[in-house]
Amino acid sequence: MRIPPKYTQILAVTILGAATVFTVAVLVFIIVFVLSKGLPGINWEFLFSAPKDMGRAGGIFPTLVGTVLLPLMAIAIALPLGVGTAVYLTEYTRETRLTQVLRFGTDCLAGIPSILFGLFGFIFFVVMLKMGWCLLSGGLTLAIMVLPTIIRTSEEAIRAVPNSYREVSFSLGATRWETVLKVVLPNALPGIVTGVMLGIGRSIGETAAVIFTAGSALRMPASAFDSVRTMSVHFYILAREGISNEKAYATAAVLIISVLAVNLAAYGMMHRFIAKRSR
Amino acid sequence: MKTEPVISVSALDLYYGEFQALKQVPMEVKGRHITALIGPSGCGKSTLLRALNRMNDLIAGVRVSGSILLEGRDIYAPGTDVCLLRKRVGMVFQRPNPFPLSIYDNVAFGLRVAGMRDGNAVEEIVERSLKAAWLWDQLKDKLGQSALELPLDQQQRLCVARLLAVEPEVILMDEPCSALDPIATARIEELMLDLKAKYTIVIVTHNMQQAARISDYSGYMLLGEMIEFGATAGIFTSPKDKRTQDYVSGRYG
Repeated sequence: MRIPPKYTQILAVTILGAATVFTVAVLVFIIVFVLSKGLPGINWEFLFSAPKDMGRAGGIFPTLVGTVLLPLMAIAIALPLGVGTAVYLTEYTRETRLTQVLRFGTDCLAGIPSILFGLFGFIFFVVMLKMGWCLLSGGLTLAIMVLPTIIRTSEEAIRAVPNSYREVSFSLGATRWETVLKVVLPNALPGIVTGVMLGIGRSIGETAAVIFTAGSALRMPASAFDSVRTMSVHFYILAREGISNEKAYATAAVLIISVLAVNLAAYGMMHRFIAKRSR
Repeated sequence: MKTEPVISVSALDLYYGEFQALKQVPMEVKGRHITALIGPSGCGKSTLLRALNRMNDLIAGVRVSGSILLEGRDIYAPGTDVCLLRKRVGMVFQRPNPFPLSIYDNVAFGLRVAGMRDGNAVEEIVERSLKAAWLWDQLKDKLGQSALELPLDQQQRLCVARLLAVEPEVILMDEPCSALDPIATARIEELMLDLKAKYTIVIVTHNMQQAARISDYSGYMLLGEMIEFGATAGIFTSPKDKRTQDYVSGRYG
């Protein structure tokens, strides 16, 4: 039996359309739900004052600071390592068994559940290196976690730089390093920024790996060796321990708005960058 | 005028892996003349051109034997500074390939790579190079504009200007007009005749009329061999080899 093309067409549009509507609807529902419950609890005092009574009252300022500092530290560590690895894999080696193994390893690393990174960070940084629960332990752990993303997106971006640019650069007497610095990286920048933003997004939302390595102290961190609590962790603890649903939703709302803001900023930056270069 | 060859190629063999792309090729390039390489696609003329500034090094699995002397020194000798070689022997590619930068930054690229920091000196050389490539008058008021917005023939001349800025001695041109229309081609050809006064030019071309119009010496290549090499007039009017005669008379190719 054969369904007439007219009907398969209608069927396809219906099914694909339904899938799209369902996906978007779930996303919109989650955002609207969290914002409707959380937005009423957000005001200047909530954002910029210290929590009281384990977070049952007061604000979330220290966790806001933690949420900014931890991903920044992770990126500061992961960016040079990741871009360096990507440059090495694309520009300095030819495709060999070794690069294939490295790339496979990177892909595997990207698929590991974050709790395992947390466990590794706990055993290695917190216990073995005696760094304790702190910003630095957490930053290093998150850096390892986002490295695969940064390596792979940077690698793709570098590969997408037309070979003719490299050829011209070499033909003008540039060394490989000068070519990387002046031709390859500037042209790969939008892709690299995308990877960084993905990494920041993942770090902001990360909870398991952070509790294990950065701890959950509710004080303002004074140095990289102080424990911090991020908004994700704060939200998790407020909800898990039944401390305050109202504050938990308010924190979640701030978290969602922050992630949206980061993504929008990345989007805007990339568009401006691309527009400027192809002007 | 110097008459001894600037580049002297002898018994050059070049392999891409197992494939032999050049077979015992000889060639003499005279200073401040235009030497054209002609022949059907895949005959090895571009490969030979790219051997002259070691651009083939960038391809995996290339092996070279024989010798290429640049002013008496073998450019494949161990210890050769390849970057310096490429500054002395520059290249213009088949498709105009300016960087996605401003006109000014394109021309200044080689200078900045060479570490020139003095803004005035860079500016001076950019102006001189654009003048030499006949672009200054049209472009002097829009140096900040993206090079990608220029028409193709201006892009190609910008690539010439970018090359002239690093002050090469030899200019290699790999079918520089194949992406251009006849009027733009004529302009590039005039430019080449003008540049001949100061530079040594080797051009690969598919266009036999072009070789006949502008070159002083021509080499006809076929299947990796240099079939005939000599003064252009001789190659086109009284070729010694039957195969050259067939090609220049348009029987195939």
